[in-house]
Amino acid sequence: MSGFIIFALYLVAFFGSYLVLSRLLSKYFQREGFNSLKTVTFGDESAVKANRIASIISVATVFWLWVAFTNSAIPLPKLPGPFQGDATFTYTATLEDGTSDDATVTVRVYREDIQQTVDAEGNPGREPDAPEVEPGDGFAKNDTLTAARYSFKVLNVWSNDEVSKKGGSTVTAINGIPIAPGEKIDIPEGTVGLTDKGTPTFAPATGLRMARLYLPAPEVVMERFIRLNKEGYQGFTLWEHTWKSVSRVLWGFLLGSLIGIPLGYAMGLTNWSRGWFDPIVEFMRPVPPLALIPLMIIWFGIGEVSKVILLFLAALWIMIIAARSGVSGVAIAKVHAAYSLGASKWQILSKVIVPNSLPEIFTGARVAMGVCWGTVVAAELVAAEVGLGKMIVVASKFQLTDIVLVGIILIGVIGFLIDVGVRALETWLVPWKGKV
Amino acid sequence: MSELLIDNVSMRFELPNGGHVQALQNVSLDIKSGELMSVLGPSGCGKTTLLNIVAGFLAPTEGNIILNDKKVIGPSADRGMVFQQGALFEWMTVRENVSFGPDMKGVSRAESKENVEHLLEVVGLGDFKEKAIYELSGGMQQRVALARCLANDPDVILMDEPLGALDALTREKMQGLVLDLWRETGKTIILITHSVEEALLLGERLLVMAPRPGRVHKEYRLPFADLGVGNDLREVKKHKDYASTREEILEMIWSMEEEIMGRTEDAS
Ligand SMILES: Nc1ncnc2c1ncn2[C@@H]1O[C@H](COP(=O)(O)OP(=O)(O)OP(=O)(O)O)[C@@H](O)[C@H]1O
Ligand SMILES: [Mg+2]
Repeated sequence: MSGFIIFALYLVAFFGSYLVLSRLLSKYFQREGFNSLKTVTFGDESAVKANRIASIISVATVFWLWVAFTNSAIPLPKLPGPFQGDATFTYTATLEDGTSDDATVTVRVYREDIQQTVDAEGNPGREPDAPEVEPGDGFAKNDTLTAARYSFKVLNVWSNDEVSKKGGSTVTAINGIPIAPGEKIDIPEGTVGLTDKGTPTFAPATGLRMARLYLPAPEVVMERFIRLNKEGYQGFTLWEHTWKSVSRVLWGFLLGSLIGIPLGYAMGLTNWSRGWFDPIVEFMRPVPPLALIPLMIIWFGIGEVSKVILLFLAALWIMIIAARSGVSGVAIAKVHAAYSLGASKWQILSKVIVPNSLPEIFTGARVAMGVCWGTVVAAELVAAEVGLGKMIVVASKFQLTDIVLVGIILIGVIGFLIDVGVRALETWLVPWKGKV
Repeated sequence: MSELLIDNVSMRFELPNGGHVQALQNVSLDIKSGELMSVLGPSGCGKTTLLNIVAGFLAPTEGNIILNDKKVIGPSADRGMVFQQGALFEWMTVRENVSFGPDMKGVSRAESKENVEHLLEVVGLGDFKEKAIYELSGGMQQRVALARCLANDPDVILMDEPLGALDALTREKMQGLVLDLWRETGKTIILITHSVEEALLLGERLLVMAPRPGRVHKEYRLPFADLGVGNDLREVKKHKDYASTREEILEMIWSMEEEIMGRTEDAS
């Protein structure tokens, strides 16, 4: 249900903001002159440029959807929330001889995350006391109940009655509406029902927002992030968790490149090496690094060594193949030109083949970095002492979804920064890429 | 003096499917020092193959290349090559490209500097020394290629359609440049071209090749190259023999092309 609403809202935001903005900012949206014709050649990379307004709205939309589906304190339009506060309903108890009596149940519905909140004095929140009610007259007495939002409660209404369930008292109506065991009745504050054995149940209305356990509000995640920065998690600071993951990736990638690039060159330059390494590379290339995690743990334990070796293997094949195709891709005319300019084999290797392979190597490096980053998190999820993946998996065991989200956001941001970094290095070192 | 002898060279490519292509058959030529020879011929007649053999990139199946009384056994700095395109080093600046040859020989940059800068001036790229290759136009890139070849001071310059990718105007300017450089440096030049005009204007000697198997069809001695040095090439085109020679050669190549088209492909 929520899924469809999210999807529908997202579509509305996508088309709606386009329609609105293209009217309002028609200048900015207009393609002029030859540029307007350029889209005729579909797929022409240079004809399509990211509309930055769209990017900003896109991020804002995701943020808003996040707020809208949580019990966030951020003042943005939200979906109907869960019921909170006091609600009452009456039940009618009927005895075997046909006499009946009404009594009221007062339910106090409180925040499900009350213990995680802090009041103005810094005290953690507590579950509220049950409301005080008069017992009332008749054989059925008024009851009270406390229930957390999103919860489901079974209420023994007979506990204070003069005639117990065993004594023949059954609930036959809720708010005057007849009800049989197994049935339910909706009231504005929730759903009242009877179990198959006839005991009343109450579930407060949930609305369409998600409980904190499933999706904490943005400000909750932010608070958690700040707290993690101060207090750390599982004996390590947030920075240590992050840096450990990053440094594993860097080590694995560095070793993979250090071994992989020369191997790739050798494979591109000599028949023997090509023949020798071909079977290994072709065999290992399609094996996802994740599949090696169990073996690495068996062989090297759960410490640094096993992680670095895993990432080394993840990067190795990619870098070998990148270097190999970088060498094979050299235009024969360049090699010929260098020869007839008097270059020796060694000079051709260092002055022509290596620089010529740089664009391919950078492409490989970007892929390898991405794969390593994904692999390290997965490896930490499986087994580790420290790292972002480890943080996430421990937090998920304690159902601390906010920490899980902090971890996921950090992983995304760092992965993005790594790619930006490699790309910046690329434009600096290989300025001719894509221009010849 | 440097004399280039192409001695009864044959080249046969074995094809993976078991057949073969006779790209050259018994080609013999004697090219004097300082000669400028242009080579014409229908597509596929073995021009590039011949040039690659002279450069030492390919070993002929029969025959020898002899330069300065020494048998050619591979590429070396005494034979420079100017390619049609794509042979410049994008990771180097214009200056670094041109000084590549001297650098490889271990000549210090300081020593080669003067000559490199002079050559860049000669080809009109004095203001583009520190530019990257991808920042240059096609014509400028070909001038870099020419300067790079000259900086290495080879005995023989081999050019495979060096101006093929240029527009008509740039091409004409470059033709003038080639002629002037030829006269100034006195190098032996072999120039392959698809343009009959270019072959006539630049060739002191003109070789027409015939295909299947690739062989020398006819040779001309022409006066236009000498006339063209230091002159407007358009004037040369008005020379009384120019038009008639051009027609004759065009006719010849056309009939050869037609023959190829008419004949079914046979790889035996
Ligand atoms: N490496 C090779 N393997 C097999 N056949 C080849 C090879 N190189 C050239 N050939 C064949 O040899 C013949 C001559 O080729 P070549 O490239 O020398 O022709 P060309 O005269 O330079 O043609 P163009 O004017 O189109 O450049 C062609 O039939 C070609 O198919
Ligand atoms: Mg050719």
